[in-house]
Amino acid sequence: MNIEKRLLKGDRRACARLITMLENDDERAIEIIKRLYKHSGNAYIIGITGPPGSGKSTLTNRLARKLRNRDKKVGILAIDPTSPFTGGAILGDRIRMSDLALDKGIFIRSMGTRGSLGGMSKATWSAAKVLDIYGMDYIFIETVGVGQSEVDIVKVADTVLMIMVPNLGDDIQAIKAGIMEIGDIFAINKSDLDGADKTKMEIEMNLDLNDKKDYRPPVIKVSATQDENMDKLVEKLIEHRNYMERTEKLIERRKDNTKFKIIKLIEEELMNLIMDRALEQNLLESLSNEVVLNDLDPYTAKDKIMRLIK
Amino acid sequence: MFNEKDLKDIEAARDKWEKEKVKKVTSRFPERKKVFKTGSNLEVDRVYTPEDIEDLDYNEKIGFPGEYPYTRGVQPTMYRGRLWTMRQYAGFATAEESNNRYKYLLEQGQTGLSVAFDLPTQIGYDSDHPLSEGEVGKVGVAIDSLKDMEVLFDGIPLDKVSTSMTINAPASVLLAMYIAVAEKQGVSKDKLRGTIQNDILKEYIARGTYIFPPKVSMRLITNIFEYCSKEVPRWNTISISGYHIREAGATAVQEVAFTLADGIAYVEAAIKAGLDVDDFAPRLSFFFNAHNDLLEEVAKFRAARRMWAKIMKERFNAKNEKSMMLKFHTQTAGSTLTAQQPDNNIVRVTIQALAAVLGGTQSLHTNSRDEALALPTEESVRIALKTQQIVAHESGVTETIDPLAGSYYVESLTDRIESEAIEYIDKIDKLGGAAKAIEKGYIQKEIQNSAYNYQMEIESQEKIVVGVNKFQIEEDIHKDILKVDPEIERFQREKLETLKRERNNKEVENKLNKLKEVADTSENLVPYIMDAVRVYATLGEICGVLREVFGEYEQSVIL
Amino acid sequence: MNRPIRVLVAKPGLDGHDRGAKVIARALRDAGMEVIYTGLRQTPEQIVAAAIQEDVDVIAMSILSGAHNHLFPKVVNLLKEEGIDDVLTIGGGVIPDEDIPTLKDAGIERIFTPGTSTSEVVEFIKNNLKR
Repeated sequence: MNIEKRLLKGDRRACARLITMLENDDERAIEIIKRLYKHSGNAYIIGITGPPGSGKSTLTNRLARKLRNRDKKVGILAIDPTSPFTGGAILGDRIRMSDLALDKGIFIRSMGTRGSLGGMSKATWSAAKVLDIYGMDYIFIETVGVGQSEVDIVKVADTVLMIMVPNLGDDIQAIKAGIMEIGDIFAINKSDLDGADKTKMEIEMNLDLNDKKDYRPPVIKVSATQDENMDKLVEKLIEHRNYMERTEKLIERRKDNTKFKIIKLIEEELMNLIMDRALEQNLLESLSNEVVLNDLDPYTAKDKIMRLIK
Repeated sequence: MFNEKDLKDIEAARDKWEKEKVKKVTSRFPERKKVFKTGSNLEVDRVYTPEDIEDLDYNEKIGFPGEYPYTRGVQPTMYRGRLWTMRQYAGFATAEESNNRYKYLLEQGQTGLSVAFDLPTQIGYDSDHPLSEGEVGKVGVAIDSLKDMEVLFDGIPLDKVSTSMTINAPASVLLAMYIAVAEKQGVSKDKLRGTIQNDILKEYIARGTYIFPPKVSMRLITNIFEYCSKEVPRWNTISISGYHIREAGATAVQEVAFTLADGIAYVEAAIKAGLDVDDFAPRLSFFFNAHNDLLEEVAKFRAARRMWAKIMKERFNAKNEKSMMLKFHTQTAGSTLTAQQPDNNIVRVTIQALAAVLGGTQSLHTNSRDEALALPTEESVRIALKTQQIVAHESGVTETIDPLAGSYYVESLTDRIESEAIEYIDKIDKLGGAAKAIEKGYIQKEIQNSAYNYQMEIESQEKIVVGVNKFQIEEDIHKDILKVDPEIERFQREKLETLKRERNNKEVENKLNKLKEVADTSENLVPYIMDAVRVYATLGEICGVLREVFGEYEQSVIL
Repeated sequence: MNRPIRVLVAKPGLDGHDRGAKVIARALRDAGMEVIYTGLRQTPEQIVAAAIQEDVDVIAMSILSGAHNHLFPKVVNLLKEEGIDDVLTIGGGVIPDEDIPTLKDAGIERIFTPGTSTSEVVEFIKNNLKR
């Protein structure tokens, strides 16, 4: 049986192999996604992001278990950083999920960023599609968690869950700067620590500034390890989903995200097209040389390269 | 320690020596390396002179044996009074076989017992638990209930030996079993001498046999402190262990720093639980590693003693001198043993044993030559024990106390290890103490970095390990190693089945229910664990009840 | 196609001595591989499930407790049951020479004993991938 049919039948190995092929830019896998794309769209995608040490993996584990209790199938994509120097990575998020490994209704996949910024890998989107086609009801995408610029998650997820922890200190400033806007739900994890109320208040104050009109993101205190308020968090996720569906904001967001994805694909292909030719002719090297010697300016150099595809 | 004029003269003489003598030689024959380092990568100078210890105040920093700050040792006469306790960690397979090994070791002149438990026992599973598969009796003896414990100490009078038990997460249960065996022998609790390891923090850091989350684990530990201070006064209630931290790859400085930081956390927890520091602190003991760099290790032990004395006196206001004394057991470094040319390990162990003795240890385990291959054979264990006897009776190092004191190098290294370890402890304090630093992965990360660097240094031959990355020889396959019979797993399960059939199950249920009830309160759990043990509730059942109430620890690995 | 080798580094059994596993994990990462580290106390079933989901090229296991004769072959057998034949399985730890032939027969393709350099492991993996 080919991998396509096996995936549709819910074969774990087919699902895993297809993700591998997509991570490796294998054309055959892209052809398969093209053919199977009509089977996607059933899964609901939840992005989970937050600063390092906020307990994302443990929280994801707990949410997945709760959804399993409601008989939902759950896919998890856990992203960790790839070393820019060696291309290697240590993917350690499974450690906190090992009790889920044997549940056939759960599929966990660890991914390295492989050079992407923004807290995700290039293949995250397509891996989520594979899990969707594979038959998962919910897909969690856990971002790298380096802190600041992980806004790309909003371009993939239907709901974004922001994890915070008490006493972030100056970090809250950084969070304010960019990613406060993308959170649909805020969970303050490890809320048994001192300062949880203060953090909650700070987030609420920030939300006051961000007038989102008809929807105000809830802020709730939880403890993933002690299973406190986690049921409530699940309820909030489902409430947000209902809201998105009811108001047709889901379609809107998915359309925006699709646009973003198509643009990304075009960007990528154009870049490859141009750079392949430029490198082939050693153009980048020679033009850069001229610019350094002040024989040329970078704008004219760009024009010369662009002429290759015009 | 020296007057100004002498120091000036020494400085001048050294300058002259460097210029006239050393330069002349090194210009023609450069030294073997650009930088010389200790085993733990502290930089080492060409020679040490009084200049290196010019600020050392003898009375304040060194003093006399048995006197604060105990740099030279905790007893006034040290080995001139009594030699250290020779204590070989042993135990494998079943209680029956281990009992035989203990009797053999006592006949060979060993002076204390040290019980190794198998992994299921250490993690609170009975031999019939699915996770126990393949592990029963492997790294130690399998103990499922009081029945096994009775066999383990059969014919060994518990008022005559001191027994050390390497048990942590379920320490309270095994201690309860030990006390119950003593009761059956007619030995009263106040006569019992020994140690339980009971050090959960280093399990999270380095050794991995944890069960419960930190908070409740700390409660169990303080429960034991409290119980023993009243009921088992001669029992060492914890052995705060740097050994495994070092084995996991820490440097000498890190070993001291992280161990003492753990110690601080236990003292704080006990004080917070309402105990008086001088009630429990005299029963705290430590457990260190003895590595290959002889002089660095000696300096490490001396620094640790001095630091702990100061911590207890100044930070915790201890009044009792015994609270300030750092008493410790030492084991030679298992990670230095090579699978290649295993007989060379006897030499390594000798150097390490010497370090422990020159460092003033209270008891010592010497590793056997074949431990990088498997569990040691009886013959290997005997050589290891004989090594201690040779150091004790033939080397002469026991005849005077702390013979390396006053060595310019050893004293300056002692200072250096102390000051670098203090830096770490300050950092850990800033993170909120050892438990928090572990939760954040800080301590683990520091150790892992050291472990990785060490491996890279071996691979680049910056560090030489004889027989491994240099001086290799062709070797035959190593035979004559100890094999644990896989049948014992079946045997152990059968014993368990019989026990569960024959005991009073109604009683067991009652005691377990009671334990579960109190676990949720703030009462001391030890008496209830004792009750359950006496009616032959199994280790797995007792830990199972506690697991239900307390939950389990989830590993936080940061690579 | 440029693809990183994916390796599952696992500690089956109950022993908590993960110094070696962690050093290897780091060395493999530094050699450009993606290392999925599963942590302590993994059952053979969990290891195989993770290997499938992560679609790894290699399973590298470490045991220091002496339970290798029981646990290593169990992993290989579970892989066979799942019909997986393209995963390289290797092991390490305190493993007596005498046990190595049996483990190899069972399908563990290489056993690394104490003193092995990390570069040796890297080379072995690179030269023995099954796909």
